[in-house]
Amino acid sequence: MGLRGYGATQAQAFEQVALALTATVTDLHRVRSSQCVTIECEGEDRELLLVDWLNALVFEMATRRMLFSRFEVRFVDRRLLGKAWGEAINRERHSPAVEVKGATYTALKVAQLANGEWLAQCVIDV
Amino acid sequence: MSETYPLQRESEFSWRIEPTGKMRVPGIIYADEELIRAMDDKVFEQLCNVAGLPGIVQAAYAMPDAHWGYGFPIGGVAAFDADQGGVVSAGGVGFDISCGVRALRTGLTIDEIEPVKKQLADALFRQIPVGVGSTGRIHLNDKGMTAMLRGGARWAVEQGFGEMEDLQHIEEKGCMAGAVPDEVSARARKRQQDEMGTLGSGNHYLEVQRVAQIYDQRIATAFGLRENDVIVFIHCGSRGLGHQIGTEFLKYMVLAASQHGIELPDRELACAPINSELGQAYLGAMRAGINCALANRQIITHLTRQVFADVLPKADLTLLFDVSHNTCKVETHLVDGRKRKLYVHRKGATRAFGPGNPDLPETLRAIGQPVLIGGSMGTESHILAGSEKGTELSFNSACHGAGRAMSRHQATKLWKGRSVVDELADRGIIIRSPSMRGVAEEAPGAYKDVRAVVDAAEKAGLAHKVARVEPHVCIKG
Repeated sequence: MGLRGYGATQAQAFEQVALALTATVTDLHRVRSSQCVTIECEGEDRELLLVDWLNALVFEMATRRMLFSRFEVRFVDRRLLGKAWGEAINRERHSPAVEVKGATYTALKVAQLANGEWLAQCVIDV
Repeated sequence: MSETYPLQRESEFSWRIEPTGKMRVPGIIYADEELIRAMDDKVFEQLCNVAGLPGIVQAAYAMPDAHWGYGFPIGGVAAFDADQGGVVSAGGVGFDISCGVRALRTGLTIDEIEPVKKQLADALFRQIPVGVGSTGRIHLNDKGMTAMLRGGARWAVEQGFGEMEDLQHIEEKGCMAGAVPDEVSARARKRQQDEMGTLGSGNHYLEVQRVAQIYDQRIATAFGLRENDVIVFIHCGSRGLGHQIGTEFLKYMVLAASQHGIELPDRELACAPINSELGQAYLGAMRAGINCALANRQIITHLTRQVFADVLPKADLTLLFDVSHNTCKVETHLVDGRKRKLYVHRKGATRAFGPGNPDLPETLRAIGQPVLIGGSMGTESHILAGSEKGTELSFNSACHGAGRAMSRHQATKLWKGRSVVDELADRGIIIRSPSMRGVAEEAPGAYKDVRAVVDAAEKAGLAHKVARVEPHVCIKG
């Protein structure tokens, strides 16, 4: 499954991809953003950082048994400081379709487009 | 037919891409003309990339169900020689380490389950944890986790999940040697602590099936299968632990590739020399992941037996076989008349040892290994047996399933989960799933024709068809 996010900044594009990640599992509007989890990743390469960001979210989803519907990303030097708001999985209300196994390096791209907009994309394994 | 890749037809069911550019060996694809026409060019591109990896031996192979994957094609087989600079690749194994299929005989015929089919479906759905967010009843602490990662299905049997006899009918006799639990990170362990004995989601399932047709009476008899017998297929893998091992080592291998002098045409092909610290660390962790998958399927077997004992006390569930289709294993194969120790990667490909292989249990040695091919939930699955020719054709490998014909997104546009369930119910197939969207994404029409795939596998000589089985109950993740 391929995920793609666009934004005015790289941080916004990363937030949009994270929304797409949740959308592969359930309908986004069904997920309440009542609990906040913080995430930190570090690295030079912005593409590897995208994979790290998504895999950190996959880890939090799996171990906290949560789904997230709102994201905030900031870049400070080489670090990504992220926040994800969501709630515990409710199988009746969310009817989660698939479990994301991990983000891959396939079709991985983080780039500023000619129109100035940022694109962030990769394929995830479900 | 691919216009970009020069496919040479070697036989009716075999195609070849001669080495060009950075390819060290040819690419060989087993398929009929229709299957090969339907394959995305990405399959051939990925196969050619694999053919360029250091230390690859003989050829990079694609099975009849091949479709494009992450780095390696799914349905891909590649063997490497450690002494020739050969590599091990996390992407060549896949995220769901040792994902596989296990088949159980029940000692029942279809007439005996028909009156209680709904009750059986409900009880299986209640007892076997399935779907996103489900947890098992076994919660492992770190010591228990280490024992499980070292012992696999053997550990599960020692904990009371199943019988010692089961182990004879599992690859590696239920316990993968060379597992190094210390190489499995705290994060991977954390992902697994509540997931033992869970089926998972996506294309994972448990099915109660009827043997609908016997193709080879002699082998079917040896496998203990008769027409109208009821059997159970369990398809799942190493759960969160395997996914996390795959995720972490993929990254380590990407970062270390240049240090190892490996040029990657695609980052997803990330690999490390077998004879390197990282290569050995991955092998240790991956083998622990294999044990996790074997233990998981063993626990689910035990739960299945409990359900059958309650609903159909006459049932006697015995293990036909357990195959894994995402692995890297050390095997000895004859290459150019010489026996060589090779690291055989199978990603979405089933090991298919032929008759006489010393690793098969005595009861199966004269016949060949059962090869279990899962179809989509509304169609059929197949039981094959490894062939004599398998070792020279594909390092004893065959297909693993039907393979998707369209994306999950496309499937949800074409089908609604509820109507898929109703249509299958009209045909006598009971579906139980926590997610109707998941059912729509897995609709039978979203998959290729599994019969075309197994026919091509047989005609190419990879395995013999033994029986076709049809689903009656499907517990879907």
